[in-house]
Amino acid sequence: MTTIAHAHARPSALARVRLRRDYLLSALIVLPSVVAVGVFVYGFIGWTAYVAMSGWNSFLPDLSFVGLRNFTELFQTPRFQIDLRNTLVFTVTFLIGCLGVGLLLAVLLDQRIWGEGFFRNVYLFPMSVSFIVSGTAWQWLLNPSTGVNLLFEAAGLDRLKSPWFTDPTIAIYSVVLAAVWQMSGFTMAMYLAGLRGIPDELREAAHVDGASEWQLYRHIILPMLNPITLSAVIVLGHISLKIFDLVFAMTGSGPAFSTDVPGIFMFETTFRGNRFAEGAAIALVMLLMVAVVVIPYLVWSTRAEREG
Amino acid sequence: MRVRPARLLMYALLIALALFYLLPVYVLVNNGLKSFQEVSLSRMWEPPSQFSLASFAKAYNRLAPNFRNSLLLVIPATLCAAALGSINGYILSKWKFTGADFVFPLLLFGMFIPYQSVLIPLVQFLQWLGRALDIRLYGSIGGLALVHVIYGIPITTLIFRNYYATVPTEVVDAARIDGAGLLGIYRNVILPLSMPGFVVVMIWQVTQVWNEFLFAVVITSNPARQPVQVALQNLAGSQIVEWNVQMAGALLAALPPLLVFIFLGRYFLRGLLAGALKG
Repeated sequence: MTTIAHAHARPSALARVRLRRDYLLSALIVLPSVVAVGVFVYGFIGWTAYVAMSGWNSFLPDLSFVGLRNFTELFQTPRFQIDLRNTLVFTVTFLIGCLGVGLLLAVLLDQRIWGEGFFRNVYLFPMSVSFIVSGTAWQWLLNPSTGVNLLFEAAGLDRLKSPWFTDPTIAIYSVVLAAVWQMSGFTMAMYLAGLRGIPDELREAAHVDGASEWQLYRHIILPMLNPITLSAVIVLGHISLKIFDLVFAMTGSGPAFSTDVPGIFMFETTFRGNRFAEGAAIALVMLLMVAVVVIPYLVWSTRAEREG
Repeated sequence: MRVRPARLLMYALLIALALFYLLPVYVLVNNGLKSFQEVSLSRMWEPPSQFSLASFAKAYNRLAPNFRNSLLLVIPATLCAAALGSINGYILSKWKFTGADFVFPLLLFGMFIPYQSVLIPLVQFLQWLGRALDIRLYGSIGGLALVHVIYGIPITTLIFRNYYATVPTEVVDAARIDGAGLLGIYRNVILPLSMPGFVVVMIWQVTQVWNEFLFAVVITSNPARQPVQVALQNLAGSQIVEWNVQMAGALLAALPPLLVFIFLGRYFLRGLLAGALKG
């Protein structure tokens, strides 16, 4: 703030007073937003943490302090252990799916394709519809007695027919399929933006040097996309760690909790079971998982911005 | 020009993938347009022998009040969040008051949190504030709109801040030398340049709020006051509602954001990439 005052030689005393008044005003204008977010994000997280350490596990509020008991019990609950495993499996496969499909689509679209705008919109439109809508559609598409199984049958590919989400061993991958369908357009858009930012001279220089198309991508273009991959992993990773609507609409907890995730467990525990302290504990574990991914990224990108 | 086999293969792949992405749309439209007699799980892929809007009519009758609720929710939640985002973004990009660099990342974190971690206090707070002000917040569209405005502040501020960063500081400095104050500069210099920023932010917020489910299902429990996504979930989760009606309903609930995407896709994409911070 002082640099502005110094940039113009000897501002009049009046101008300096006005400037100082405007800086005060600027802080006052953002104050309501800062207070609102302070209360609704940080204050509420604090209160959730307090509830998570209380004995409030029935309809009547009981805020007596019980320490970490809710957490130790939570981690011993079989359903929560399944949830954590499901979250890990879901996140890893979902990330691999979105990054792989998104990169493939972006590279294909980057080949001076006829009808590029059309294809891009077809791959991207699922991003605009809600998880509830796509869950509703995929619930029928992957219904074992109809949907894609009928297509496989008609094509003579009976071996590909699958019980999908009715089979506990693969149910979670059915949800991953729907999630990748919905979100891979995001990675495609990010990679495509990255590819478009690579100057043509670089490609031409590589071709002049005798590099094949494959070598060009493998050794020059893909490494340049690494920062984009990192951003995509953070954004998609934090979405998958807190996934709720899609699973809720498509399969719910699934057979033997095979598609259950912490988001659903928290919702049912808290708002169906009135076990508020336990629900708060689940929510805090979710928050910690997301924070581990997001906070380093926020620190890194605000620092990069300040230096850049 | 000779068409190389590699290019043919590429187009084949592009088309195959496009068909995969369009599968759900086909199923929703195809079965939504069948008459009740014709709907059958084993003939999901066969086109209707004659078009019938009966499923859409039935779905619309079920969802119409909730459609209205969603509109009443989206409009104020979008306008307020966009206005706040604009003024915040202006200040955080052009008036870096002491502590601004500290405040901004703290605001940003708010857009990443799992909302489960604020739900319990949120419900208690809305109940308490509603009692104190003697208005209905918990259980009402108004309360839900308030929630969406507040949790929308981080992303709208981020998009506007990045957008205003492209306005040269010299323009602002020049206005300052001419004697314009903080609000004068905003009104006369920044706001006239802000249209594209508002388009991006409002599209983002409309889509988010229209599609949001968790806040909606927790805050509004009376079916008459629920937004359309919650009503769709009730419809689709019901054992007694015909599945062609569920599909028609899903299509109806998806329609507004789809139309926004089709007509304003460019701006939708920009909001999407801004969410990844470095857009």
